[in-house]
Amino acid sequence: MRKCCFWGLLFIAFGFAWRVTAEHNPRTERISGSAGDVLEDDPVGKLKVYVYELPSKYNKKILQKDPRCLSHMFAAEIYMHRFLLSSPVRTLNPEEADWFYTPIYATCDLTPTGLPLPFKSPRMLRSAIQLISSSWPYWNRTEGADHFFVVPHDFGACFHYQEEKAIERGILPILRRATLVQTFGQQNHVCLKEGSITIPPYAPPQKMQARHIPPETPRSIFVYFRGLFYDVNNDPEGGYYARGARAAVWENFKNNPLFDISTDHPTTYYEDMQRSIFCLCPLGWAPWSPRLVEAVVFGCIPVIIADDIVLPFADAIPWEEIGVFVAEEDVPKLDTILTSIPPEVILRKQRLLANPYMKRAMLFPQPALPGDAFHQILNGLARKLPHKKSVYLKPGEKILNWTAGPVGDLKPW
Amino acid sequence: MKLSALHQSYLSRRSNSFRSSGPLDSSSDGGYKSPAAVFWIILHCLCCLISLVLGFRFSRLVFFLLFSTSSSNLYTPPFRSAVELAKTLDVHSVLSTNSVANNFRLPFPNKTASNSRVVVGRHGIRIRPWPHPDPVEVMKAHRILERVQKEQRLQFGVKDPRTIIAVTPTYVRTFQALHLTGVMHSLMVVPYDLVWIVVEAGGVSNETASLIEKSGLKTIHVGINQRMPNSWDERHKLESIMRLHALRIVREKKLDGIVMFADDSNMHSMELFDEIQNVKWFGAVSVGILATSANIDESSDRKEEEENPRMPIQGPACNASNMLAGWHTFNTLPFAGKSAVNIDDRLTVLPRKLEWSGFVLNSRLLWKDGEDKPDWIKDIDMLDGDVESPLGLITDPSVVEPLGSCGRQVLLWWLRVEARADSKFPPRWIIDPPLDITVPSKRTPWPDTPPELPVKEKPEMGIQEPIVKHTTKTRTSRSKHRSKRKHETRTDTQVSTKHSEQN
Repeated sequence: MRKCCFWGLLFIAFGFAWRVTAEHNPRTERISGSAGDVLEDDPVGKLKVYVYELPSKYNKKILQKDPRCLSHMFAAEIYMHRFLLSSPVRTLNPEEADWFYTPIYATCDLTPTGLPLPFKSPRMLRSAIQLISSSWPYWNRTEGADHFFVVPHDFGACFHYQEEKAIERGILPILRRATLVQTFGQQNHVCLKEGSITIPPYAPPQKMQARHIPPETPRSIFVYFRGLFYDVNNDPEGGYYARGARAAVWENFKNNPLFDISTDHPTTYYEDMQRSIFCLCPLGWAPWSPRLVEAVVFGCIPVIIADDIVLPFADAIPWEEIGVFVAEEDVPKLDTILTSIPPEVILRKQRLLANPYMKRAMLFPQPALPGDAFHQILNGLARKLPHKKSVYLKPGEKILNWTAGPVGDLKPW
Repeated sequence: MKLSALHQSYLSRRSNSFRSSGPLDSSSDGGYKSPAAVFWIILHCLCCLISLVLGFRFSRLVFFLLFSTSSSNLYTPPFRSAVELAKTLDVHSVLSTNSVANNFRLPFPNKTASNSRVVVGRHGIRIRPWPHPDPVEVMKAHRILERVQKEQRLQFGVKDPRTIIAVTPTYVRTFQALHLTGVMHSLMVVPYDLVWIVVEAGGVSNETASLIEKSGLKTIHVGINQRMPNSWDERHKLESIMRLHALRIVREKKLDGIVMFADDSNMHSMELFDEIQNVKWFGAVSVGILATSANIDESSDRKEEEENPRMPIQGPACNASNMLAGWHTFNTLPFAGKSAVNIDDRLTVLPRKLEWSGFVLNSRLLWKDGEDKPDWIKDIDMLDGDVESPLGLITDPSVVEPLGSCGRQVLLWWLRVEARADSKFPPRWIIDPPLDITVPSKRTPWPDTPPELPVKEKPEMGIQEPIVKHTTKTRTSRSKHRSKRKHETRTDTQVSTKHSEQN
């Protein structure tokens, strides 16, 4: 009797396992292991976020002045705010909140051509933090260690677009203890502090969805890239822009028919990416760019040429298995590197990229979908809980220096 | 500091570039400048002046190299003078980049010590000695592309593709090479397994065999003993008989797949072969009819345009619910009485009511003992005589499946073009023995004089003189072209020129 039971159970277990694996779709591959599981985590119930009520001069009024902020690559801060306002993780009771969010649109000061000027951002943040520290007790409790800020600027909270100046400034002193959610990521760099969450830049999901071509269209372009190689305005000789890597790509491969690279801006840019096997994602003035997001969404294997870059959600997405990393000094050998990748590896990467969860994790769709970038940010925040006891300051203890930083930052906003 | 608007509009999409920051730059401390900084500024102005004079950028970096120990902390980035540099940008280019930056690294030591091995500053642009594609790597890349595309076809294309059995009736004539090569090349590109049954009127000939063997496809070449008649009607009838003969071969050999009729003068698109994989038993596609109208006078031209505004199409017609409702056939009324009767008539060649090429069938329909063969198929052994279209093979026309989004896609085109019945062509299109010389070439590399031809003196020499002078100067051997014109005779030591008749 017992033996019969045992065999019966074994048979059922085997049948179940067989069924589960049989349903495995051969077209896409799930990233197995801890990383893949983390991608599918649901943050609801794991954390509570309190959204400060700031006066609209910090957010709505800025947006009204310039609605272009909703569609440029720094728009993540705006959409994060909107998502949090209606998300189930939001709590109206700050006492039970694990994380505090300050809705401030710091990149929304745009030039006529649409690039953000970061010069007022430090002052804006200072003014906002002064407001929250005086109106609510939660900032002073931890000096910001359980607060997070979305700073999608070129070099994160260093608030400058030029790398040397950004390094000089360093991360804004009053944000030293807060968690920063930023697009910039480079190892051992002043502007990436430990515990930051790297996110992808904003890419408009509807525009990309509208430009899908039938998946049976054969991929006939080997390597694809559209963008500048020399920034003629600011670095005419080359060598500064992209640390010379983009210029090296051009000089070495402009005669190579396998490399479809140029500075043209065609209307079929998205369609062409879907017809390519590899898409180059070299660094520019900053190591990150929306090209990575576009490559992942369109199933084109990203070739990342940026030394020491920290890619979005690096603790949840195994970028080594999905993309190809090429050191900047190996750029002249790029064709050798790419052609020597075995076809099985390429097919596996394509299968991983075809996974819809992978694509969704890079996007900021409205309304939010489970597993999208908003949820990955919340997952990242949830993984940092519970806060260490040392985060809470003893009464009278002060760590932050409110007068540190360049004199210009101390002016009121 | 102004930046060109053109560049900006592009840059704003992708890269982070510098924006005008003058008075807003909160991080620039106005105030004192150290003497070394002043020295650099003066040097910079000097270099700019030199660049203006020379016409290319004379880089301050040369000096930096020379005095490399000092002042690394005060090295100001060259961006502030972007506008001044822009003036000297004309011969900018790769030249200076290569010369200054190639294999030359100048790291900018950060003020704040960081352990990063990635440094900000000017880097060299690495260019390998031979920046051209390596053929072995190109082949590897193509193999990767093929493998990826194969995988795409496996995933998104037709599941379990069936063999295609193409039936082509043909016979030896001038235009056979033209038509048959077209069909052969189309069939060679089809990504599925293929069997090509070629039925030849007048028996198996070497002509056709030599054409077909270049295909590399699996072919079955049979002949029937009748010769192809000269009138179109008779020809259509004989072709039907030839096709039935091929279907009997399919039955005998029990070939498994999809039978399609690839007439040798038709034009097939690749989507046709993908679409017919969807057929279950008996399908029909839309055929575009290209009825060549060789001799149409003005009035009938206009009349035709009114009546047949679109290209005529033969094929299935569907109702709103995408079910087969009827057939589009070719409207022969405008051509009544004006159509070609014999093959070499220079009049419109009309198709029949429904062409064979618009139909495809599952080869199992033809087998003697198919397991689940439907009952509406007639046994082809019972048929004799002419079957005008494949609809004659079935008892119930409503079972036909319309393919190509219910006949809306035209996947192949029907065309009949033939040469005159008495036209001759060299066997296998190989010129042997060589043809007689009709026009000699003017300048030959051999010193032997070419054969003399009867010449006529032409009165107008004057016009031709300048041309002749030019040709003797250039001494090109494009004499075949020139010899068509009238020339003067000239005696050269090496080459002799002749008058040649202008034909």
